[in-house]
Amino acid sequence: MNIAVAVDDVRREALPSASEAGPAPKRIVVAYGFWIFLLSDIVMFSALFAAYAVLVRATAGVPAGAQLFNQVSVAIETACLLVSTYTCGMMSLAVNARRRAATYFFAVVTFVLGAAFLYLEVREFADMIARGATPQRSAFLSAFFTLVGCHGLHVAAGLAWLAVMMAQVAVRGFRASVERRLLCFALFWHALDIVWVWLFTVVYLMGVRP
Amino acid sequence: MNLLGKLTWDAIPFDQPIVMAATAGMVAAIVLVLGWVTLKGYVPYLWREWITSVDHKRIGVMYIVLALIMLLRGFSDAIMMRSQQALAAGGAQGYLPPEHFDQVFSAHGTIMIFFMAMPFVIGVMNLVVPLQLGVRDMAFPTLNSVALWLTASGILLTNISLAVGEFAKTGWVAYPPLSELQFSPGVGVDYYLWALQISGIGTLMTGINFVTTILKTRAPGMGYMRMPVFCWTALASNLLMVAAFPVLTATFAMLLLDRYLGFHFFSVDGQGNPMMYVNLFWVWGHPEVYILILPAFGIFSEVIATFSGKPLFGYRSMVAATMVICVLSFLVWLHHFFTMGATADINGFFGIMTMIIAVPTGVKVFNWLFTMYGGRVRFTVPVLWSIGFMVTFVIGGMTGVLMAVPPADFQLHNSLFLVAHFHNVIIGGVVFGLLAGFNYWFPKAFGFTLDERWGKRAFWCWFIGFYLAFMPLYVLGLMGMTRRMQHYDNLDWQPWLVLAAIGAAVILAGIACQVVQLVVSIRDRKQHRDVTGDPWGGRTLEWSTASPPPAWNFAVLPRVAARDTYWNSKQRARATPDQPFQAREYEPIEMPRNSAIGFVNAFFAVVTGFALIWHIWWMAGAGLLGAFVTLLAFAFRDKEEVEIPAEQVARFERAHQAEVVL
Repeated sequence: MNIAVAVDDVRREALPSASEAGPAPKRIVVAYGFWIFLLSDIVMFSALFAAYAVLVRATAGVPAGAQLFNQVSVAIETACLLVSTYTCGMMSLAVNARRRAATYFFAVVTFVLGAAFLYLEVREFADMIARGATPQRSAFLSAFFTLVGCHGLHVAAGLAWLAVMMAQVAVRGFRASVERRLLCFALFWHALDIVWVWLFTVVYLMGVRP
Repeated sequence: MNLLGKLTWDAIPFDQPIVMAATAGMVAAIVLVLGWVTLKGYVPYLWREWITSVDHKRIGVMYIVLALIMLLRGFSDAIMMRSQQALAAGGAQGYLPPEHFDQVFSAHGTIMIFFMAMPFVIGVMNLVVPLQLGVRDMAFPTLNSVALWLTASGILLTNISLAVGEFAKTGWVAYPPLSELQFSPGVGVDYYLWALQISGIGTLMTGINFVTTILKTRAPGMGYMRMPVFCWTALASNLLMVAAFPVLTATFAMLLLDRYLGFHFFSVDGQGNPMMYVNLFWVWGHPEVYILILPAFGIFSEVIATFSGKPLFGYRSMVAATMVICVLSFLVWLHHFFTMGATADINGFFGIMTMIIAVPTGVKVFNWLFTMYGGRVRFTVPVLWSIGFMVTFVIGGMTGVLMAVPPADFQLHNSLFLVAHFHNVIIGGVVFGLLAGFNYWFPKAFGFTLDERWGKRAFWCWFIGFYLAFMPLYVLGLMGMTRRMQHYDNLDWQPWLVLAAIGAAVILAGIACQVVQLVVSIRDRKQHRDVTGDPWGGRTLEWSTASPPPAWNFAVLPRVAARDTYWNSKQRARATPDQPFQAREYEPIEMPRNSAIGFVNAFFAVVTGFALIWHIWWMAGAGLLGAFVTLLAFAFRDKEEVEIPAEQVARFERAHQAEVVL
């Protein structure tokens, strides 16, 4: 699409390479900038992962991962998030085809799946707290609640963003700025999935190893 | 329920005359400026042209103004420390009680790094980078404005702490467990944390903005190997911001959770790990050093090449050295605490990595020297700063390599030798660089040059004052004096500390000369007027447009065919003087619309930050809601751009023949 346009320019004006083609189209600039943001967000998560790794054995005598995690619930959470990534992709296709009804439909499915994920996570947290495993009890629990909770906060922010975007589609239609924001939203949602895959592995799979 | 959280009248230190006098001075200055602006009727102008501006040049100027004001604030802390230590020898206690002295050195470090050096560096990059790239604005102009005002919010919160409550007494690094609630129950650490969280988000936005701008929006023909070196160093610096600042955000978030919700990341109980904070802090902290110094290296490269009348020696090695430093900066953080007790292998690794950084830095120094060699060097103010930098920075670099040797560091750790070292590189490197850039690009921003005489006086005062103030600290470090001492018993130290205080006074004279330079230059701006847009015989694209440049920078985007584009096109124009002048066709230009979102959002950021510091939960919620509603209002605005008609562009171009000279 837009990349091809830039390459065409290169050919037409006999410039030696795409790096000399002049300012990139706005769509590319915005998506690229958002990628950089996502990378910085992943760096932030990496700091939380590092803290978790340092503190994972610092349980201060209170229950740790293996006694606390409910594998079934986490598996359902994972499934919800992975499927929501698929429906988010379908939404992007609907946006590209400018099909409003399909966009709404897949947005609603994505939202419901994301909300289900969040519900299960909050229930897991509430359950742990009810059993006395609060983040104030040990360094391990502090790191666990912060790492998983930070991802959960991102999902919550994503849900709010999706709702706002649907309002924008309704009010403004598929104008260029709205399309760019939807593109960024899709990138964000997929990135959350990637973080969750690491999180699932490091926290919930490695955490129940004997 | 208490509506104002922890906030009571006791928060204002009425019993401390120094604090109250400083507060009164600050409040009076703010009231005077606001009153003058209002009476003169400048408010609508300021709102329209500056506060809501998304123009990178205006934003750059505002960053630099913030930085200069904070330089005064941070320097007054420095003067207080130097005079306290000159007095408080033997049984004497000086005039600053410990709890005040502790706040002074914490505020000095925090302000100088986060609110002086950072805004100054970001301001210069804002002013220069898009012009050097030959484009009309940043990739995200409105985000740029939001970032500026978030930085201003952090600054405001830090300064509010002077009058309401207290600032951190933990040093600018706020190591736990001292910074935990158990040992720092006051609001000082909370002021520190929230001010830096808010301004840190702004810095991250800036980093994203510049990386995207430099990698995705350059004038046609400007390949990577044709970018001016300053753009390269800005790229490296901003890549580091993107990669390092999120670590700081996460670390501070963990400390905040410890303090507010009783988590156990860094606490001594609950099996928390205080050393983890120190590691994470310096994973951000060491790259931060290069975030500051790399753009300064870029400034020296531009200044030296321009005033030697030669292309920069070893452009490719300069770029390579910059990027090597950019990567290596993430591999040395442990040298800030060799005394942690890591194994000899680990200390050895980080020591060697630290020494390796001296290699690309040495490459740069030789490149500057070889650029000057055989050139016709004009000894203007920016060149004086650059030469002063080369001498001073090499000394600071060598003491740094000395401390990179772990056994030596065990002796020097936490001593005044260290304090002397990092001031040696930060003042001799960053501050000298920024002041060189300030003198060099000032005419581009305002259309008149700065007074040379007062500029030279400022340089010599700073230069001599620096050596007087900091060389004694090396000696004191070797004599065993540790940093951050409110008073001391060893009378042998006192003469050196008196000498250091005299040095600080000489630097003060330098700052005074700087102020006079500004005043004199503004007074005589008619004589210093630069109509060509190119007062120095510049080499890069920023000098090809008018001074000050129009909002759109370039009427027609320049075509770049080589390095030092503007220099080359001047040479070509000189070679073919008889070419008939061609009337240009101008096209209308789309520019981003001004936006109040940055300012309004910053207002809510201050409200939220203040509420969180004082545990006023309803107000924090209201502030967050306000910020969210502001964002929504921005997202739903109807028109995003304004069109500047071709006629207006043409009229400006006719009035300013600068570009047409080509």
